[in-house]
Amino acid sequence: MTSARFAAATRYPRFEQPSALAFILWVSALAFIVWSLSTTGLSFDRLARGIPAMGGILERMFPPDLDRLDRILASLLVTFQMAVGGCVLGLILSFPLAILAADGISPNSIVRVAARGLIALFRTVPDLVWALFFVIAVGLGPAAGVLAIMVDTIGYAGRFFAEAMEETDKGPREALAAIGASRLGTIMSAVVPNAMPNFIATSLFCVEKATRASVVLGLVGAGGIGIELKVAFDLFDYATAATIILVIFMLVIIVEQVGSTLRRQII
Amino acid sequence: MLDRISGLRTVETGSTEAEPTLSVRRLSKSFTNGPCVLSGVDIAIRPGESVALIGANGTGKSTFVRCLLRLIEPNDGDIRMFGLDVRALTSRSLRHLRSRVGFVFQRHNLVLRLSALSNVIHGAQARMSSPGSWYQALAPSRVRDEAMTCLERVSLDGKACARADSLSGGQSQRVAIARMLMQRPEFVIADEPDASLDPRAGEEIMRLLHETARERGLGLLFISHDLEHAIRFSDRIVGLAAGQVALDVRSNNANPTELRKFFAEERP
Ligand SMILES: Nc1ncnc2c1ncn2[C@@H]1O[C@H](COP(=O)(O)OP(=O)(O)OP(=O)(O)O)[C@@H](O)[C@H]1O
Ligand SMILES: [Mg+2]
Repeated sequence: MTSARFAAATRYPRFEQPSALAFILWVSALAFIVWSLSTTGLSFDRLARGIPAMGGILERMFPPDLDRLDRILASLLVTFQMAVGGCVLGLILSFPLAILAADGISPNSIVRVAARGLIALFRTVPDLVWALFFVIAVGLGPAAGVLAIMVDTIGYAGRFFAEAMEETDKGPREALAAIGASRLGTIMSAVVPNAMPNFIATSLFCVEKATRASVVLGLVGAGGIGIELKVAFDLFDYATAATIILVIFMLVIIVEQVGSTLRRQII
Repeated sequence: MLDRISGLRTVETGSTEAEPTLSVRRLSKSFTNGPCVLSGVDIAIRPGESVALIGANGTGKSTFVRCLLRLIEPNDGDIRMFGLDVRALTSRSLRHLRSRVGFVFQRHNLVLRLSALSNVIHGAQARMSSPGSWYQALAPSRVRDEAMTCLERVSLDGKACARADSLSGGQSQRVAIARMLMQRPEFVIADEPDASLDPRAGEEIMRLLHETARERGLGLLFISHDLEHAIRFSDRIVGLAAGQVALDVRSNNANPTELRKFFAEERP
């Protein structure tokens, strides 16, 4: 190797020299991952014992037990109604909240920060935690589920509605301002029509998300089919559990298919 | 009827024929962490007068006309319109002032997903802040009728139900003019209304603006990069350079060679 080539190689190193801090952070991250895997207790011999057990459960699930199908379907309907009800309430409430949270549309920055904070709180706390909270507040049953889904929907739709409004063309907004339109008039006639395709797409996603969420809320007593599933597992009645899982699967697939068809037609 | 209403408004504010519709003194504007765009602009426009504002790209013409309605806040200077001190207005009276001034933009700035008729009805938003002025479907029939009359004036009554995004550039600009007429304006400002159109459509728009302003006896302040339009459709030409008024001549004795200096695209 000539000295000139050597000089070139050091001037353009293949890897960036990490700083001491970056090096420490990388090593700690790696150590944390190893530690996490060991504390959670997932080991090869547990997996080795688990796989045949899973096979056993699956075997006892077939054929699915259709005896209680009518009850299961009734409870599936309640689950879906919970999802739709909570979702619609959430969408209605997210709209004004999104107006307050949108940059350039919100009346002032204090209101905007407060609205954003509320939406972020609704979004970051998981739906199951909201469900536990509402079960304590309003008692066991679908009402708690509706409230949990409503709050979860506000957290999601509030953010995306606000972003959709921020992204709308500024030209028509300026034109309405120049006409002397009120803030509400400008929002309703220049911002909302332009954000409408986005609003509809987001709303359809919310219905899908709410349907999936509503299935598990029953596990904590917030109404719907989740409780049936828990009872079936607790009684080792895997054949009934299989029926419940299959009907849930079909509901979610149907809702997603209808949602994506509608979305394609609108956009 | 339109004339009677604008006449009444003039009486209310106490302005007289002798007083200019618009008078601007030492207006200046600099953007935060930018250079000074306007440094003391003086201009006065008499009732019914048509003034062309010319100047090279970036001399601050758009900034100037936006400052007049405080769509951009000026830093310093006096603006008097219809005898009102514009810079002292509260936000409520500023909205009322804006409603009295028709503003046509280079981009038509229509709401693309709404019909031409809905867009024209938006012109009534300052005088009726109810949902009736948001969408044509909610508008009372007298408002729809008035909007249709405005669309007829720009020969687009046949396109009332067409969505704005289905219209051509020239048609869109005509809808924007109809929206401006729906405001029942007392003064009209236009920022390069002819710029994004082909020569023929551009001329048609300029003629329409000039005619509609004439019919109603309105003052007109328009920006144009077209020398011929500037001369033909104005009584006076004002040239902006280096943030100040550098030329103010009557259009009929304007010297084209002198005017050309103000058009960036026509280098000597
Ligand atoms: N919002 C803004 N922030 C910062 N600078 C701006 C802003 N708007 C305009 N400017 C600057 O102010 C100057 C004048 O712009 P303006 O749009 O008023 O010019 P103009 O005379 O209308 O030009 P044109 O003929 O291209 O329309 C330009 O240098 C522009 O970069
Ligand atoms: Mg401009």
